[in-house]
Amino acid sequence: MSTFKQHSVLPGFNLALGFTLLYLSLIVLIPLSAAFIRTAELPWPQFWATVTSPRVLASYQLTFGASFAAALTNAAFGLLVAWVLVRYQFPGKRIVDALIDLPFALPTAVAGIALTALYAGNGWIGQFLEPLGIKVAFTPLGVYVALTFIGLPFVVRTVQPVLEDIETELEEAAAMLGANRLQTFLRIIFPTIFPALMTGFALAFARAIGEYGSVIFIAGNMPMISEITPLLIITKLEQYDYAGATAIAVVMLLISFVLLLIINLLQWWSRRRNALA
Amino acid sequence: MTTITLSHPIKIQQQTIITQEPAWVRWMLIGLALTFLALFLFVPLISVFYEALKKGVDVYFAAITEPDALAAIQLTLTAAAIAVPLNLVFGVAAAWAIAKFEFHGKNILITLIDLPFSVSPVVAGLIYVLVFGLQGWLGPWLIEHDLKIIFAVPGIVLATIFVTVPFIARELIPLMQAQGTEEEEAAVVLGASGWQTLWRITLPNIKWGLLYGIILCNARAMGEFGAVSVVSGHIRGNTNTLPLHVEILYNEYSYAASFAVASLLALLALITLAIKTFVESKVTPQKGKLSHEH
Amino acid sequence: MSIEIRHLHKQFGSFAALRDINLKIHAGELLALLGPSGSGKTTLLRVIAGLETADTGQVLFNDEDATRQHVRDRQVGFVFQHYALFRNMTIFENVAFGLRVRPRHSRLKNQEIHERVTHLLKLVQLDWLADRYPHQLSGGQRQRIALARALAVEPKVLLLDEPFGALDAKVRKELRSWLRRLHDEMPITSVFVTHDQEEALEVSDRVVVMNEGRIEQAGTPDEVYEQPVNPFVYEFLGHVNLFHGRIHQGRAWIGDIEIDAPEHAEAEDLAAIAYVRPHDIEVDRFLNGDSALPARVSHILSVGPVVRLELTREDHQDRNLVQAEISKERFRELQLAKGDRVFIKPRRLDLFPHQSH
Repeated sequence: MSTFKQHSVLPGFNLALGFTLLYLSLIVLIPLSAAFIRTAELPWPQFWATVTSPRVLASYQLTFGASFAAALTNAAFGLLVAWVLVRYQFPGKRIVDALIDLPFALPTAVAGIALTALYAGNGWIGQFLEPLGIKVAFTPLGVYVALTFIGLPFVVRTVQPVLEDIETELEEAAAMLGANRLQTFLRIIFPTIFPALMTGFALAFARAIGEYGSVIFIAGNMPMISEITPLLIITKLEQYDYAGATAIAVVMLLISFVLLLIINLLQWWSRRRNALA
Repeated sequence: MTTITLSHPIKIQQQTIITQEPAWVRWMLIGLALTFLALFLFVPLISVFYEALKKGVDVYFAAITEPDALAAIQLTLTAAAIAVPLNLVFGVAAAWAIAKFEFHGKNILITLIDLPFSVSPVVAGLIYVLVFGLQGWLGPWLIEHDLKIIFAVPGIVLATIFVTVPFIARELIPLMQAQGTEEEEAAVVLGASGWQTLWRITLPNIKWGLLYGIILCNARAMGEFGAVSVVSGHIRGNTNTLPLHVEILYNEYSYAASFAVASLLALLALITLAIKTFVESKVTPQKGKLSHEH
Repeated sequence: MSIEIRHLHKQFGSFAALRDINLKIHAGELLALLGPSGSGKTTLLRVIAGLETADTGQVLFNDEDATRQHVRDRQVGFVFQHYALFRNMTIFENVAFGLRVRPRHSRLKNQEIHERVTHLLKLVQLDWLADRYPHQLSGGQRQRIALARALAVEPKVLLLDEPFGALDAKVRKELRSWLRRLHDEMPITSVFVTHDQEEALEVSDRVVVMNEGRIEQAGTPDEVYEQPVNPFVYEFLGHVNLFHGRIHQGRAWIGDIEIDAPEHAEAEDLAAIAYVRPHDIEVDRFLNGDSALPARVSHILSVGPVVRLELTREDHQDRNLVQAEISKERFRELQLAKGDRVFIKPRRLDLFPHQSH
């Protein structure tokens, strides 16, 4: 024990850690392991056939493609929003700042039906897009819109504090050395916030991959076209194809773990960057 | 303010002329950002309330007071009332162990606590089906004892707990780490017991962080859709939570009723954001005021 | 390049940071802006740099109005108190930054940039650190890199904001004399801000003492130290003893001492304060002839070539302390010990009528 834990006069370590591990095991770890154990019971060829069937492959393509596009959009606009919130003064700024977190607080089903109503052909926004030949609701584009909504706060909230911490002196120094604003941004500010931007991007991407509630309303859910991977799991469950559902779930879990690892590395990188003043 | 102005005349204007973009660039960027936020954030929010009230106030109140809606409200409140306190106890215990002690494997433990955030809600529901469902590990045993978890309230509660496990813990861990152990050590040296130290020293110090975590945890608990959807079975008036009720009404083309119920959840989200903003101004006054108001 | 400042005024809200500043800085001069915090010295420096705009007034470079000129066109090098090195770039790239961001048509070739940066790194004696990052350097090294970076763009004027403020005492002393030597080799018109009077007096050709947004006095280090024009400058530049007294028609009285004060011939029984530097206090064991003030030795600090005495006046109710500095020789001669009675007399003093009376 002495090598496991450093000595402390504070009580309660065993109780607190014991409870933490027990709770985590019962709620998270044992149920999660069920997915892997059940999949291990499945013969490999059958597993492989399930997770690489054309319909599943099409769903990966949509899920990853739309998530990537949405995360990219959020990286660009999230950076812009963070910049505007940190640097500029405008009426209603406090409210805008507070509302950024709306996608965290608004239930995904509510977001789903609201976006569908807006972007449908007769909706507030959809009616302007329809004449241009742009259909959003019930197409892959709708998936992208929903995923952009739910990923919106991630980049803003990771970039904002880093942007706030940049010393004005650095930008003044660049200007004194003859750099214009664009050069200062590209050479000084952007490299500083880049790790945070990447972290925000990865967080938004990871969240989008697993997203279900906001997407199913607007997607139209047509097999091979606008069907996301989480929906396929549900479809298989409803057909009592537990093995198939679990196999796809394991693929998603593995992807989530890889993303989690990448995010942890990015955050470590970001912290390190900012700690070295 | 005047004293600050006097001692640091430079500090008050953080953006000097040369680190400030020209006015047209500023307003263009602000315009672009607000347009994006309007399209993806503000308009959807407003549309929820608009659609809810489109058919009139009578339809609205009928939708949220019909028995199935009331049952859904009750179930949602019940699930949150169980999940939030459990995760609160877990959060405090985990933060106590992680923030106040040094031990091996701490980072792995922190990652494990964060794990539910990176699991798709649908997968979260599925794993409980695999454990408690008819064909699950405990399925036969549960049938034998006439217990029902999946497609019943316990399943909904479990799924809700799973997706909200990290919320309070991850608020408390960095906060308690930042506060260190000195005060607790002083209390113990003065003869306080472990519980006394927790009640009198630690909890008062973290009250705002605790509230912050509870609010976010509660919002997610009441709003969870994917995980609950898998384990619920969608039995009206019985295993239907509010978000699931929204879905059922929507799929039945009762749009106004669906949006009426949705507006309750949207209201909950707005209240959550309001309290969150308030708590943030309590926890970091300089962040809420100075850095946001250049 | 010479700099001229005319009627500069700058207001931050209700706080006047600069009030009607007029100053000429000669080409090739090393000038110190000295003052307490809040005196406006940093604001003045930033206005000269173009980092700040004044509300009214003009800044002229070589007799040409530069008030509306953009920072980039002023050819000014600026060294920040906290270095402001770019942490994502190597030392080499930090110094090269100003050369790399030039418009394409006037940009140097890579080879020339390399040569110039290497030359500058040699000049600040840190060429061996070219590939390191700022966080791997000590404070003193960082400040020298910041200076090299400012010099890379061949500025006509070099401005330094509390350049040694963030360094520890030993490094500060070293860098001070190094900066002095560097300026002698490369006489660029330079202005540096400091609140450390020793630093200002030691390094600069000329000192400008500022207080509450005004220039109190400008002159060579000798002038401002030996002939302060007002009590503020007196008190700000080194230790000083205050003696309360009265002046009347060209005569002044401090305790029992009577002094000629021809510059106050007009005064009619005014309260006055006499300022005396510690080394201008004469200490004796006996009262020989003239009038002097009785005092008791309350503390002796005899480290180094100068002995510092803390004396308590005996003729004064407040029993206020007087600091005196005498040579070690004189100290031995007097054979002073704590508690001894002595007589003190100012060798040289400056009288100012007391404002509040």
